Amino acid sequence: MSEHRFALFLGCTVSVRGFNYELSTRKVFSKLGIEIVDIPGFSCCGFPIDSVHHHSAMAVAVRNLALAEAEGVDILTLCSACTGHLTKAAKYYADGNHKEELKKVNEELADMGYEYKGNVKVKHFSRFLFEGIGLDKVKEAVTEPLTGLKVAPHYGCHYIKPSELFDGFDSPYFPESLDKLIEITGAESISYKDKLQCCGGGILAVSENTSMDMVKQKLDHLKEVEADALIVICPFCDIMYDEYQPTIGAKADVKYDIPVLYYTQLLGLAMGFHPRKDLAVNKNQVKVRPLLKKLESIRGGGE
Amino acid sequence: MSNKEDSAPEESVSMDDLDPDFKHMVAKEPGGENIKKCFACGTCAAICPVLSVNDSYNPRRIIRMVLLGMKEEVLSSEFIWLCSGCYSCYERCPRDVKITSLMGAIRNIAVREGHLPKAMGAAVDLLKKFGRILEVSEFENTVRAKKGIPELEFEISEIKKVLNKAGIHEATKEDGNDE
Repeated sequence: MSEHRFALFLGCTVSVRGFNYELSTRKVFSKLGIEIVDIPGFSCCGFPIDSVHHHSAMAVAVRNLALAEAEGVDILTLCSACTGHLTKAAKYYADGNHKEELKKVNEELADMGYEYKGNVKVKHFSRFLFEGIGLDKVKEAVTEPLTGLKVAPHYGCHYIKPSELFDGFDSPYFPESLDKLIEITGAESISYKDKLQCCGGGILAVSENTSMDMVKQKLDHLKEVEADALIVICPFCDIMYDEYQPTIGAKADVKYDIPVLYYTQLLGLAMGFHPRKDLAVNKNQVKVRPLLKKLESIRGGGE
Repeated sequence: MSNKEDSAPEESVSMDDLDPDFKHMVAKEPGGENIKKCFACGTCAAICPVLSVNDSYNPRRIIRMVLLGMKEEVLSSEFIWLCSGCYSCYERCPRDVKITSLMGAIRNIAVREGHLPKAMGAAVDLLKKFGRILEVSEFENTVRAKKGIPELEFEISEIKKVLNKAGIHEATKEDGNDE
């Protein structure tokens, strides 16, 4: 059995709109010796209804945690909102200060055969690569460095905030984990204005105009620094910057053409995986081909 | 004064319309506990990425409205649903008001008082139906099968039961039937 064995929590968005993220994650995990346990009963994490009925959102989270606990594994997440919500539930009940509420949730879930004892840890996969596998080990798996590419990291929000949930693994003000993970691929991680700006995905359904204005701010800042790509670690951030980019560009009469790659796609390229077959870059909305062409020409025309 | 017409219209608040218990109600709701600590410094408003593009959302203003007791205006408003949940203000607030959680608390109260936005109601319905807020179709599983990735369940039907047991209908006022 692998030393690193985890349940991979997909959540809603990766399941339906993030196949490129999932496939590339599975590829790079296999190369890093991370074994994935697939749990078919995993549902939504519960976050989307936290604003409507907090207790129900916690019950949905606890059911997921109980499923992982029954398999004897911790959880790795891909979506930052899932990360935040599941981590909150896991911490809440692990700290022993919420025994009464856990008892209530367990009573509600008992009919369905669940009892959560509070033993599951939740981590975003990027955090796990950074502090669990370690930068040196990840770097050892890089066989085709992406030297010459200038890419911009997008941390998003729930990956690092609220920081009280995340054990100080990275700073909420000056985070560096994603920059460092990018740099071990050989690409340059570039700085840009309002790097920590939120994607606005949380209010897409409530006020599309507001969230589109938020996305446009970031796209403009990326254009200023001529980023070769934006690197994301959350499927909802990806939807905002990748899927909406052509619409926003057309409306503002600006050609952005900024490819948006998941970090696992970037790392996969540096590991020598096939861009389409292994990393599904054909599923990215903004064409990734110009980026691959640039890489080829830097490397001296397809060595 | 010359730009008076461009700024928000002046409003007067009548004491008769205020509910002095509203702030206590919010402080009792999970997430709202620290609201009374706010000293209105405006750090939240200064750092808010939503406010930077849409000034109908202003966290400092919302907190003042709650503390003043403007219950109906707050709970029936659209602006309480505009927080994108980024936690920027939560991290920076010098009074630890935990504003992101506070907005969640206010929203939970608003729903119970009959103000459930359509988009949120739709999320609850989808979750009850599929166990996810997006529907997995045959297409996803065909793509997965081609790559040798385990197929997904179309429905996690247990979630409806979980939500009903947890009492979501007490908030959304629908019946709590599992069928």
